[in-house]
Amino acid sequence: MEIDEIDRQIIAATQTGLPLTLKPYQTIADSIGISDEVVMQKIVVMQEQGIIRRIAAVPNHYRLGYKYNGMTVWNIEDKHINEMGECIGQLNFVSHCYHRPRHLPEWPYNLFAMIHSKTEEGVKRQQQIIADLLGQYNLGQDVLYSTRILKKTGLRIR
Amino acid sequence: MDEVDKKIINHLQNGIPVCESPYQAISEELGLTETVLIERLKLLLEKGILSRFGPLYHAEKMGGALTLAAVKVPQERFEQVADIINLMPEVAHNYARNHELNMWFVIATDQSNKITKVIQDIEQKTGLSVYNMPKIKEYFVGLKLEA
Repeated sequence: MEIDEIDRQIIAATQTGLPLTLKPYQTIADSIGISDEVVMQKIVVMQEQGIIRRIAAVPNHYRLGYKYNGMTVWNIEDKHINEMGECIGQLNFVSHCYHRPRHLPEWPYNLFAMIHSKTEEGVKRQQQIIADLLGQYNLGQDVLYSTRILKKTGLRIR
Repeated sequence: MDEVDKKIINHLQNGIPVCESPYQAISEELGLTETVLIERLKLLLEKGILSRFGPLYHAEKMGGALTLAAVKVPQERFEQVADIINLMPEVAHNYARNHELNMWFVIATDQSNKITKVIQDIEQKTGLSVYNMPKIKEYFVGLKLEA
């Protein structure tokens, strides 16, 4: 799966988002000097290949009232990590779920699941649901709340 | 943010079709005019209620790389270190978190071998050790938050 020069130009032209014009793909096409049909075709192919996950709005969680955005982290026995990760990733309040490396001794956690709620009770309840599902495979846990967004720009590539 | 804004936010998190006049197509579904939808979107982005509207790219599939990293920043140096890290164009997000590892950021590069370079750069400029936590496996990425 390779991106070519035109893809690269389309990506660069949409780094700040899809143009808010009546014909956004025409706007992109004009800035690159190709036709809007080619732009749309290339974008559809990138979507099919998973290079573009989707064309969508990303809200600022805080501004929607989701004040409690917790990064829950869990220490799961390595041989059960995939089974547990797949299970937790399916919960309807988990936005991201990953297996990541530990940094022993100070960072023993290898399963990360982001949870979001408008209330403290909400996130506590979500955490408990995860803990119950992990059961005996959970060797330790913590939850890190974001206290401030220091930067949020999305991906930048040249 | 009124009911119309909420409707727009909820609807547009699902993704929009690729067509010549996508805003017209969406505005019809939402019962708005195309110009009202575009104006509302502009305002939601300006006010920071939406942090982005457009294609969401998958860094690794573009041949690039992505990692999550953290640093332990002494409280008195917090703003200074945040400035150094935020100035790096490869840093896509940066969050303050309530933990000894109190600054967590995502590094995205167009080539996978550049991650190490960015981490070394940050370590050199801040004098702090960077805890690099690249994903080993992705189980889920998504979720729509209702406005």
